Amino acid sequence: MSDKFDVIVVGAGPSGLSTAYLLAKAGLDVIIIERGDHPGTKNVMGGVLYRQPTEELLPKFWEHAPIERPIVEQRMWLMDEESVVTLGYRSKGYGKEPYNNFTVLRAKFDRWFAEQVVDAGALLITETVVEDFLYDGSRIVGVKTGRSEGEIRANVVILAEGVNSLLTQKCGLQKDGIDSSQLAVAVKEIVALPKEKIEDRFNLEEGEGATIELVGQNTMGMMGTGFIYTNKDSLSVGCGVLVSQLVEKEGLNPNELLEHMKSHPALKKLLEGGETQEYLAHMIPEGGYRAIPKLYRDNVLVVGDAAMLCNGIHREGSNLAMTSGKFAAETIVAAHEKGDYSAGMLSEYQRKLENSFVLKDLKKYQNVGLVMEKNRQFFEFYPHALNKALEEFLTIDSVPKKEKQKKIWEDITSHRSKYELIKDLYRGWRMMG
Amino acid sequence: MKKMNIEDKLFLNRFQADTHSHLKIKDSGKCIDCERRPCTYICPAAVYAWDEKEQRIDTAYEGCLECGTCKYGCAHDNIDWRNPRGGFGVMYKNG
Repeated sequence: MSDKFDVIVVGAGPSGLSTAYLLAKAGLDVIIIERGDHPGTKNVMGGVLYRQPTEELLPKFWEHAPIERPIVEQRMWLMDEESVVTLGYRSKGYGKEPYNNFTVLRAKFDRWFAEQVVDAGALLITETVVEDFLYDGSRIVGVKTGRSEGEIRANVVILAEGVNSLLTQKCGLQKDGIDSSQLAVAVKEIVALPKEKIEDRFNLEEGEGATIELVGQNTMGMMGTGFIYTNKDSLSVGCGVLVSQLVEKEGLNPNELLEHMKSHPALKKLLEGGETQEYLAHMIPEGGYRAIPKLYRDNVLVVGDAAMLCNGIHREGSNLAMTSGKFAAETIVAAHEKGDYSAGMLSEYQRKLENSFVLKDLKKYQNVGLVMEKNRQFFEFYPHALNKALEEFLTIDSVPKKEKQKKIWEDITSHRSKYELIKDLYRGWRMMG
Repeated sequence: MKKMNIEDKLFLNRFQADTHSHLKIKDSGKCIDCERRPCTYICPAAVYAWDEKEQRIDTAYEGCLECGTCKYGCAHDNIDWRNPRGGFGVMYKNG
């Protein structure tokens, strides 16, 4: 093995694999270093994979890749103790080419994606942990791995190490010890169910998929969400909450929170007879625009979750990861042509992100995290109030509707004053601005 | 579905446990005075437990799901979190 490469990519997830794929295709000498025994065995997401950014790299990937189901219906459940308000969007068009998004299981998908990257000419080494950088003065010239004589040199190091960004922190691009209010902890179970049962219970044609996001009582007042996604013959059932708020809920474990969500009467029939096959945990970078680290320095770029590129409001992450990987690759190809890997040259990466949906969207929602974190009524009171209002309105008991309206309004204003309601409306409007 | 505890769930996962821990408490003295000891409840795998007799945190690193929550949830930045050596730790079948 040559010990000098054009580019080292640390981590074989969507961002690192996207970067490596495009660089290998452009003829650069690329090595991907992955700590799992295969790409994907350390990787977790909900998991929705978006068609458009994936197809930019891998045309018609769904014909070959191990995807689970194309999603034709996306639902939102607003939860109360025993009731739920449901809404959603379903489209036949999403069930046909070119599709909108798919559920995937990362251990399978990432492994396949990595095979495409290797076919394109990149070198992949697994079971290898990058522990530190190699320096020439203050300049990073490569990495130190946990293997004996495991020093590898390159012109550029891509940090695609994921949300627990130890190396990004080590080289000073991210502050040491990310704030716990900028991170969510999520747990997930893979619940096996026969295909036919999934399709019956979720009202799906053969092979089609659905997603449900759950907001409200299921996170016990903490900022977070739950989810149920349909795979081929299993469901991904999980929930995530801000680490800082879980710390305040003294004694509550994420698994208890998940079991609490699963015990809701509206979930009972969906999950009935299911058998848990695996239990997974992962963090989600929820800090948004304000939490983004410095994205480059001489000879280094940060992509994907390590760069905190995640849009929690729209549960988008894999698409931001892949797009950041694409921009990183384009930037490095240009740097390679000039033989200039300085921060000045690599700053083009940031410009590309700024001119795209990635930073435009994160900037748009930059206040959401802060407002939501401080105003728990959005996760606690409002889903509850909406459930109560509908209960009142849909319960037929010979009470005139006008009186019902009055009761609903009195109920709401006994919990939040008119002034607070107006403030919340304003907050909501500002957040979504 | 029946409720399942963490231990039963971890039993479903594929692990290759190393002989030594990748998680270290930097200064066990800090844990004695730690008010909430969040590591004992925020960890999805319940890796950390308070040992009243020894007055220290016990670390069942073998079941670690490698999420990193403990590192950031510890109010005293008292956990030295490293990735398990290559080839060790959790190996998800589904991901």
